[in-house]
Amino acid sequence: MKFLSLVIGNLKRKKLRTVLTVLSAIVAFLLFGLLCALKEGLLAGVNMADADRLVVRNKITLIQPLPVNYKNRIANIPGVDSVAALTWFGGIYQDPKNFFATMPVDPETFLDVFREYPVSEETKKEWLATRNGAIVGESLMKKFGWKVGDTVPLTSPIWGQPKDQAAWEFKIVGAYESTKKGGDTSSMYFRWDYFDEGKVEQKGLIGWLTIRVKNKDQATAVAKAIDAEFANSPYETVTEGEGAFASSFAQQIGDIGTIVAGVVSAVFFTILLVAGNTMSQSVRERTEEIGVLKAMGFTNGLVLVLVLAESCAIALFGGVVGLALAAAISEANPFATVLPSFNLPHRDLITGVLAALALGMVAGALPAIQAMRLQIATALRRN
Amino acid sequence: MNWLTQILSISFFNLRALPERKGSALSAAFGIAGVVLVLTAVLAIAEGFKKAVTATGAPDVAVVLRSGSDSEMNSGLSREETRVISDAPGIARGSKGPLTSAELFVIIDLPKRSTGTSANVPLRGVGANAYEVRGNVVLREGRFFEPGKNEVIAGAGAARSFAGLEVGSSIKIGSNTWQVVGIFSAEGGIAESEIWTDASILQPAYKRGDTFQSVYAKLNSPGSFNEFKDALSLNPQLKPKVARLSEFYADQTTMVSDFISQIGVMIAVLMACGALFGALNTMYGAVSSRTREISTLRALGFGSGPVVVSVLVESVVLSLIGGIVGAAIAWIAFDGYQASTLNWATFSQVTFAFAVTPALLVQAIIWSVVLGLLGGVFPAVRAARLPIASALRET
Repeated sequence: MKFLSLVIGNLKRKKLRTVLTVLSAIVAFLLFGLLCALKEGLLAGVNMADADRLVVRNKITLIQPLPVNYKNRIANIPGVDSVAALTWFGGIYQDPKNFFATMPVDPETFLDVFREYPVSEETKKEWLATRNGAIVGESLMKKFGWKVGDTVPLTSPIWGQPKDQAAWEFKIVGAYESTKKGGDTSSMYFRWDYFDEGKVEQKGLIGWLTIRVKNKDQATAVAKAIDAEFANSPYETVTEGEGAFASSFAQQIGDIGTIVAGVVSAVFFTILLVAGNTMSQSVRERTEEIGVLKAMGFTNGLVLVLVLAESCAIALFGGVVGLALAAAISEANPFATVLPSFNLPHRDLITGVLAALALGMVAGALPAIQAMRLQIATALRRN
Repeated sequence: MNWLTQILSISFFNLRALPERKGSALSAAFGIAGVVLVLTAVLAIAEGFKKAVTATGAPDVAVVLRSGSDSEMNSGLSREETRVISDAPGIARGSKGPLTSAELFVIIDLPKRSTGTSANVPLRGVGANAYEVRGNVVLREGRFFEPGKNEVIAGAGAARSFAGLEVGSSIKIGSNTWQVVGIFSAEGGIAESEIWTDASILQPAYKRGDTFQSVYAKLNSPGSFNEFKDALSLNPQLKPKVARLSEFYADQTTMVSDFISQIGVMIAVLMACGALFGALNTMYGAVSSRTREISTLRALGFGSGPVVVSVLVESVVLSLIGGIVGAAIAWIAFDGYQASTLNWATFSQVTFAFAVTPALLVQAIIWSVVLGLLGGVFPAVRAARLPIASALRET
């Protein structure tokens, strides 16, 4: 620690250069953090997936419906704990831009299958008593400034409006939060019976079913049993783990993972060059000084450590500030409509800090080794 | 010596000395190249997507849906209604009567080639006039499907992105099997993401009775649109929604294209800041390492103006090199790169190619010059302000 002041002194030497280098490191890690959050948002469904949940959909595609009575037939299959039926409604509030996930469900089975969205007993009672009742995620409530008790009109790009009415009207009976970090709280769930009565087409049909199995080790066997039950019927099914279902959906959005990785590496390569070059420049300028240090008895190893410490300090400071900024931005979520769970997981924060450290080491390595190998006589003679 | 010669001689001198400062010069150029590469690639996605959407809609093609529907998914028209629509004024006529095509739109599951996971691929049932209505459908391989048979033709984008769409192979949808008999292109438009078959075959397969979802109509001219729309709106037998095809698709895809451009701008702005810091660092470094040189020149009678300009020239040359390299890599690596994404309005895949357009390349180069100027201006001013006497003494 007694050499700390030496390191700090060196950093202060060319303040402008240090500041610029730190700034570029901040930008790099801010970008890194945001891209991680973006990836997280795109893969949210996959990460949130529960190992003991299965999704049953029509074999032709997710768009094709299933008969509502499949719910009871599946509930009777051994190993199935509870079954929730969902349908994509795709609610629009006032303007097509205000588009969010909205799904008709049966309150009791829904709350039983999706335990990460607990609601109070009163809310549940209220929901069961209100035909047009809906529960709304916290972040969606905030976005539109809705309050419990409000009645909101929605239209749907798929279902249009209910018979003889301009819009579907829902009464908000409660708000829900997610017990999992990064869980989606930008959706709205309303009652299927109200929906089925109001819609003009596809009466008695639902979109897909989410199932909780009793024992997750039997999930594969249960999935097979479900598909066998409906084989050769007009509505054949495909049953898969919730994770697989979500990831096939995420992949449909595009190969974002590859693009993210590509951008991150391009940025890192760039910053690495900039920082590494700055470091070696500052060491080169101090050749004489390093010679003096060595003449004073500083060992080669110590010189190496000092130079590395300097570059790691720059990289770490930039990294931490950049990641903190990214965390703050993802908290505010600028892409709420498209990516409800844009968040920066702790795992990526740790990766980021480690990457910053690695950047410092790599960038400092070459000049540090040069400094270490520097002969006192050569160094002192240079000028 | 006049001003211009001074500028030329210092700039030339600086540029010739560049090889001596390879490290820092290269890192600045690389920094800019990185920005330009990323920026161009991201904008190429948006550009390619836009191209797919706009190539879809000629101005003289209109689409009619049931009123209240935003996409073909939730529209429904009876055969009677489609006939009424076909009789409306303003529609161009071909050898087989009015150029309209009553269509059905469903979605099937096919595995994506790149990942093997299933994707929602649109399957469209079209009328006999569909090719003439679109006007840009060209057969690439095989033949068109025969009406009344379980045959399909696949769009070129769909055939590239999804497995099982080679001519001669067959796809199984529910209990029906369909033969792939041809591959078509449509100037990169959204139709290329689709698989087409005869609407009358698709109706029973999807239990749609005798209904359709949309009518595509070729108009006499783009100007006939209002006549056509008004006639349909005033017809008491119909409750239609009439739109120009181009606007219809642009509306459907705003969510996706807004998202791409938002992300793109965010990345580009951040990267530009990063590169700017890098360029500033390099140029400050270049100036400070030449402090003595610059003040010697000043002492010899060179003005501060030429010194400023020469530093700027160096910075711009470096970033221009970076920009050209970045743009070239983006063009080689990404132009025509095939991608597909989800159109949220219909829940189906849209395939498109990244488009590194000449406009984008020019934009990229302009960007790099701007970055070079910004990165050079502060160090240049600093160089000019160096007090000659003390600077000469500096080591």
